[in-house]
Amino acid sequence: MRAGALVAAITLLAAGCNGNNNKQNSLHPDGPAAHKILNLFTPFFWIAVVIGIGVLVATIILPLRFRRREGNENPKQVHGNSTLEITWTIIPVLILAVMAIFTVPTIFQLAKTPKGPNVIHVDVMAHQWWWEYKYPKENIYTANELHIPINRPVVLSMTSDNVIHDFWVPELSGKKDVVPGQTNVEVIQAEKPGTYLGQCAEYCGLSHADMRLRVIAQTQADYDTWVQTQQAPPSAADLAEFKKLGTEYSCTTCHMFQGVSKAEVGPNLTHLADREIFAGGKYDLTFDNLWKWVLNAPSRKPNQCPRLPQPDPCKVGMPSMEKTFGMSAGQAQDIAHFLLTLH
Amino acid sequence: MTTVEDALTHVETKPVNRMLQRPRSTTGAWSWFTTVDHKKIGILYGVTALAFFLIGGIEALLIRVQLWGPNGTVLTANQYNQVFTMHGTTMIFLMGMPLSIAFGNYLIPLMIGARDVAFPRINMFGYWVFLLGGLFLYSSFVLGGAPNGGWFGYAPLTSTPMSKGFLPGHGPDFWTIGLIMLGIGSVTSALNFIVTVINMRAPGMSMLRMPVFVWMMTVVAFLTLFAMPIVTAALMMVYLDRNFGTNFFNASMHGDPLLYQNLFWLFGHPEVYILILPGMAVVSEILPVFSRKPLFGYSVVVFSGIAIGFLGWGVWAHHMFATGIGPVAQSAFGVSTMIIAVPTGVKIFNWLGTVWGGAVRLATPMLYALGFIAMFTLGGLSGVMSAIVPADTQQTDSYFVVAHFHYVLFGGLVFALFGGFYYWWPKVFGKMLDERLGKTSFWIMLIGFNLTFFPMHIVGLEGMPRRTYTYGAGLGWDLLNKLETVGAFLIATSVLVFIVNIVHTKLRGEPCGEDPWDARTLEWATSSPPPEFNFAEIPIVTNRDEWWHRKYTEDEDGRLVRLPAGAATATAEPEAHHHIHMPSPSYWPLLFTIGLPILGYGFVFKNWWLVGLGAVWLMFGMTGWATEPSTEPGT
Ligand code: HEM
Ligand SMILES: [Cu+2]
Repeated sequence: MRAGALVAAITLLAAGCNGNNNKQNSLHPDGPAAHKILNLFTPFFWIAVVIGIGVLVATIILPLRFRRREGNENPKQVHGNSTLEITWTIIPVLILAVMAIFTVPTIFQLAKTPKGPNVIHVDVMAHQWWWEYKYPKENIYTANELHIPINRPVVLSMTSDNVIHDFWVPELSGKKDVVPGQTNVEVIQAEKPGTYLGQCAEYCGLSHADMRLRVIAQTQADYDTWVQTQQAPPSAADLAEFKKLGTEYSCTTCHMFQGVSKAEVGPNLTHLADREIFAGGKYDLTFDNLWKWVLNAPSRKPNQCPRLPQPDPCKVGMPSMEKTFGMSAGQAQDIAHFLLTLH
Repeated sequence: MTTVEDALTHVETKPVNRMLQRPRSTTGAWSWFTTVDHKKIGILYGVTALAFFLIGGIEALLIRVQLWGPNGTVLTANQYNQVFTMHGTTMIFLMGMPLSIAFGNYLIPLMIGARDVAFPRINMFGYWVFLLGGLFLYSSFVLGGAPNGGWFGYAPLTSTPMSKGFLPGHGPDFWTIGLIMLGIGSVTSALNFIVTVINMRAPGMSMLRMPVFVWMMTVVAFLTLFAMPIVTAALMMVYLDRNFGTNFFNASMHGDPLLYQNLFWLFGHPEVYILILPGMAVVSEILPVFSRKPLFGYSVVVFSGIAIGFLGWGVWAHHMFATGIGPVAQSAFGVSTMIIAVPTGVKIFNWLGTVWGGAVRLATPMLYALGFIAMFTLGGLSGVMSAIVPADTQQTDSYFVVAHFHYVLFGGLVFALFGGFYYWWPKVFGKMLDERLGKTSFWIMLIGFNLTFFPMHIVGLEGMPRRTYTYGAGLGWDLLNKLETVGAFLIATSVLVFIVNIVHTKLRGEPCGEDPWDARTLEWATSSPPPEFNFAEIPIVTNRDEWWHRKYTEDEDGRLVRLPAGAATATAEPEAHHHIHMPSPSYWPLLFTIGLPILGYGFVFKNWWLVGLGAVWLMFGMTGWATEPSTEPGT
């Protein structure tokens, strides 16, 4: 019966491999690193399944086979058997040796950082609780969504100015911690255009679960277009409008807006409307989500900044504009309308 | 009788001028506060740890209810973070370790033919530290916020000053101070076990005649002794960084965040063996009794336990494969982790070898022991999968790892300890737990356990990270999470059946005699429950499994032959009962320990008056304790 349950479970697992294409599935690799990892894992997984079933079956069969019954109450007193014990020491040693032989070279291969003109460089900074991406060569500064061209290695140089986070996009590569005071490098590469999901995988405090991200892999042409829109300066009208928001609601103390503010406490808003998600990837960028966020961010994503108190500094996150400035829903909607025009 | 404590403290002959009248009674409710009897203390540990198991279990149910579907709203993020942190902290420090100590406390002296542990009052002190430390931790829920940094409390998340607001509340302060306090208790009980095992074995009980249980608990005691100081140092650094502006882990001032992880896991990996070896210890006693065969390859099992104890110090960085430790360290720790799988595998095969060819009784303890073998093996295999470093970068910090460590901690430790409850209950309370309820509870637990934790492997590989208070819709994790939640309630049901069984046994159970299982080791050679002095006469040991060999011998073919009753019962110097001097009860362990939480609150709230009061209190307690002889003359 237990064996039956196990078979069912393994079938379920196999189904999981093929069925759940949620774009965050390590069993569904779409990048060279993730492929390599899965290819290493799979054969040993099946060996483990065989050993596991063997032991399970033994724990079921042996007690039944040697069940106490009339006449067998006084079994032979076996104290041990050196040959057997040596055998079942050596066999695992051999299996593990094979495992080590395949594992170690893969470790070193995955640790290599590619070089050359084909490589894209991105500096990743983990914040509480969102991701900042800077493309130093292209001079781009964006948040939460990472755009990459397909079939080109992307080298992420990652650090944090607060606590330890972890960058994880399972379909492209394994995890890499993002540690303050140290720059960890992770190489990702996508084979097909598409959106790959990920999220912070190292517990980082209150809103850890809301620290999500996505990688948008594009054809070279689409990627180039994206780079150009990111580099375009905002219109004069937008500049004026944003300045106004800055004086009325202090948006500029935290947010960058090209030509108005260089603040980097929160994400850059210059090209906000080009994004799909916001708030650490917790919300899709829709009008409804956006105005509610502008009005009262802490109610939409747990953070520690209910308002902008003076002179106490705000703790972590975006303050509630409703509580700090008495913003109304209508005003929040106007601002959201404006933000959604920022391409 | 003389304990080592007697030999160490100068024994006064005339009553000295003392601050308190010494308690005398060894029975009645009040005696539970002053007892120094290792058996009573064992029961106290057990009851308290079981209570924390229930609390930790309720926290687990809260977690599972929150994760029933996407965007759960039963708990807020802050509540969820406190609940999972306290769940982990409780299950490890307030359930796993103390419940193992409960078994060790009760059984080690009996199994080695001693009358008590070496340091009876220190033994009681260890219990009070555990109880008060646990209450101290839980008081945080109403006194400024419970711990919320996870059971391994990574710096700099926990070490950043509260004013920065990464973690709301006083949680990390309670957590660091509380764990330091609990550590003091664990170290004293470890020392006590070690000295007891080394010095107090009955005549003839050589090291290689000791029951495997005693061996494994000794390894655990050594691991505890060496591991706790490391984590204590790390916790102090966190406390100082957070409260006094030191920069041990503050990268912006050239501190090193990974230093914390290295220290923590240098403790933490031995710690997981501290948790699993007692499970192996219990199972190694149950299997031979219910197979009517000696443990297959006793010395191999003992030596692989010792090997695990040593190797356990060399694998800590396998918890840090994703931190950027570089390919050389990744390879080295990957391989060392694979190596540690070998002695573990050997044990599994030896346990199966014990069953092979036996006369197996499928009573509840045996069911749990077999369940242990099966579940622990699955947990071991997923552990080996994590030693494949590249694969681990997908598994670590995902639900795959949550599945893995529950297979070893729950499927391993908890299954074994439940087996231990059913096995030793008649010894401790003189009545057998009900077998029908026991088997029902076992099967519900086995099914519930697998339903809860097997799907976590899958959902983890499908990208679900651990310690997330919520997840989005449309990720395909919903069904598996629902199964897990149903499973968790099945586990809760089985624990309820166990509690019903306890009550039922208390009310209806039949007295069971001294040796109801036809067992092998010395604790069964005395009455159930044993008298305060354990053995009227100290047994002389001539064999491994001494008690068994007093009942059985082998014929030329190695088959079992029952000896006529009362054939061989060698004992040491026959003492008349009234000559047995047991250590006297004492108020001092409790009085002394009360100083610790006072000191603790002082440090949490940085209230120096409280710190001072706590320090003075401890000094007062220490003086009273030191001037009191361990055995009152004339009792
Ligand atoms: C009813 C039984 C149990 C259930 C349903 C359960 C469930 C869970 C779940 C779902 C988590 C992950 C929480 C998260 O990452 O957000 C967790 C964490 C944990 N559990 Fe359990 N658990 C149970 C029993 C146990 C036992 C018996 C132990 C130890 C002996 C244990 C030790 C832990 C530890 C150490 C953690 C990690 C906490 C942390 O991340 O800081 N659990 N449990
Ligand atoms: Cu994070």
